[in-house]
Amino acid sequence: MTLSHKGCSDHVRPRHGNQLHPALLAILSLLLFATTACASATVRTAEASTDGGSGRAIQNKGSDTLVNLALAWAERYRVVKPDVAIAVTGGGTGTGIAALINNTVDIANASRHMKDDEIEAAKANGITPVEFTVAIDALAIIVNPSNPVSQLTIDQLADIYTGRITNWQEVGGNDAPIILLSRETNSGTHVYFLEEVVRKGDGDNEDIFAPQTLLMPSSVGITSELRRNPNAIGYDGFGYVDPEHEKLIAVAVDADSPYVLPSVATGTDGSYPIARALYMYTAGEPTGVIRDYLDWIAGPEGQTIVAELGFVPLPKE
Amino acid sequence: MATITQPRTNLTPTEARGEVRWGEWLIENLIRLVGLIFFFLVREGLPAFLDIPLRQLFSRRWYPIESLFGMAPLLVGSFLVTIGAVLISVPLGVTTAIYLGEIAPTWQREILKPLIEMLAGIPSIVLGFLGWVALAPLVQNLGAPTGLTAFTGSLILAYMSLPTIISIAEDALYAVPKEYRDGALAIGATKWQTIWRVVLPAARSGLVIAVMLGIGRAIGETMAVLMVTGNAANIPALGADLFFQPVRTMTATIAAEMGEVSRGSLHYNVLFGIGIVLFLITFAINSLANRLVGMSATRRRSGQL
Repeated sequence: MTLSHKGCSDHVRPRHGNQLHPALLAILSLLLFATTACASATVRTAEASTDGGSGRAIQNKGSDTLVNLALAWAERYRVVKPDVAIAVTGGGTGTGIAALINNTVDIANASRHMKDDEIEAAKANGITPVEFTVAIDALAIIVNPSNPVSQLTIDQLADIYTGRITNWQEVGGNDAPIILLSRETNSGTHVYFLEEVVRKGDGDNEDIFAPQTLLMPSSVGITSELRRNPNAIGYDGFGYVDPEHEKLIAVAVDADSPYVLPSVATGTDGSYPIARALYMYTAGEPTGVIRDYLDWIAGPEGQTIVAELGFVPLPKE
Repeated sequence: MATITQPRTNLTPTEARGEVRWGEWLIENLIRLVGLIFFFLVREGLPAFLDIPLRQLFSRRWYPIESLFGMAPLLVGSFLVTIGAVLISVPLGVTTAIYLGEIAPTWQREILKPLIEMLAGIPSIVLGFLGWVALAPLVQNLGAPTGLTAFTGSLILAYMSLPTIISIAEDALYAVPKEYRDGALAIGATKWQTIWRVVLPAARSGLVIAVMLGIGRAIGETMAVLMVTGNAANIPALGADLFFQPVRTMTATIAAEMGEVSRGSLHYNVLFGIGIVLFLITFAINSLANRLVGMSATRRRSGQL
């Protein structure tokens, strides 16, 4: 169980004294009045990995974005089916897919599609990867309801968050300074926002958040500051946004593209630019307990957990 | 409240020596424990100072996930918040202590003292929450761009260090012999002159300790500042609004980031490095307090009040 050091999965590494952590984490999250998805990871890994008795555990590995959600699913599923054990580890999408190709995991978590060469490699090993979309990760850009600005391009967002634009006037708003709100750097959402918005998805771009960005310990921190500060801008998982108190900003890839509001629909069809689907891959059509597990994830109970953790649930068909 | 230690009269020599030994043992081990903590701090934090060039370590940018470990904004943040807290709490604390110790009638003192001591019992997280919910909007209404500023942190910290400052300052005033006051009043000094020219100088060393402990309380506080200062690793621009900008303190940085760093990574070491810096600052403050106390004591002995 080796885990990468990226995003929030740091936290998931196994260590001694696990029994101490639930209490510690509970206190911490209480203190920060946080619902940081990362925080609960250690506890759950411990439970999932130290399982014994009921035969082989379902091995689930991959994406760091998905790891907390996967852990939450695994934990809740133990209540539903106590005899099924699921061992969840992070490590990154690439690690998970590599493990699937090498046939060492049952389910690989991925925050992107498998690449063609990966699929070929799998087929060369006699494995046909089957893709399941399990959740959608949409990041809503939110401002105070009194803010007249209602749409921004990714370029403008990048300029705002790097401090090149510091006044709302420059993007069609009031003559007021922009107050930047962000999650702490240890948040996976922070990293995603950094990569996809601040750096516009360009791997060579080395821009970072402006130093005057307020780093909030939790989503709640962002939303409550946003509600009382007319000049603040923040981002948050779509699942956390309360449209009555926070105004959603329509986002466009560039000035020529349509401005799209985040919603379950636009998150699903891909028209909202800062959203991505999260996947699980199995080696061949799943059967038995794995099939049941994936069905349960796609079902109402699994998707409720999706929303609880701030992701966009899959559309109901 | 009514437990009074009975003076033990029939103490045998062996018993007494046993108690002394036990006390010595306790103190020795406490010192060892402190030494151990310091050793741990240095062991975990030293690599930060060895692996990162000092220039980078004290540069202006703190963004650990891109290996930018500039501590300058954190130092400035802690410094600003603490200075603000001291500017508010020291005058308030010392004058309250003077009122309690010199002016207030006994019945008032009996009500106020326990009340003030009760303030010290409020957990910092509660104050932080209060600051977040109630104080931040007020500060924002003062015209600050956001309510989460160094000033908000200073207010909360001032409130938190007040009980310490008041209690110790009052003790210091209480320790001034009654004869000093009687003497001053006897040669015709007014109440005010007695306090200002006789009692305060006589209590100087205790007042210095009160202030220093107040500073120590402020600079080491974590939870409350984490919640109300905005945590922007930014060096505020000099100007009238110096205190009305968000800052990130050293303590808040350790608290916010320690939970997620992988053990043994550079980031982990740097966080302990910040711990070392904090330790050195507190140490310097305490040494300074000691020196000041020593100085005033010598001066008093040589008869120059």
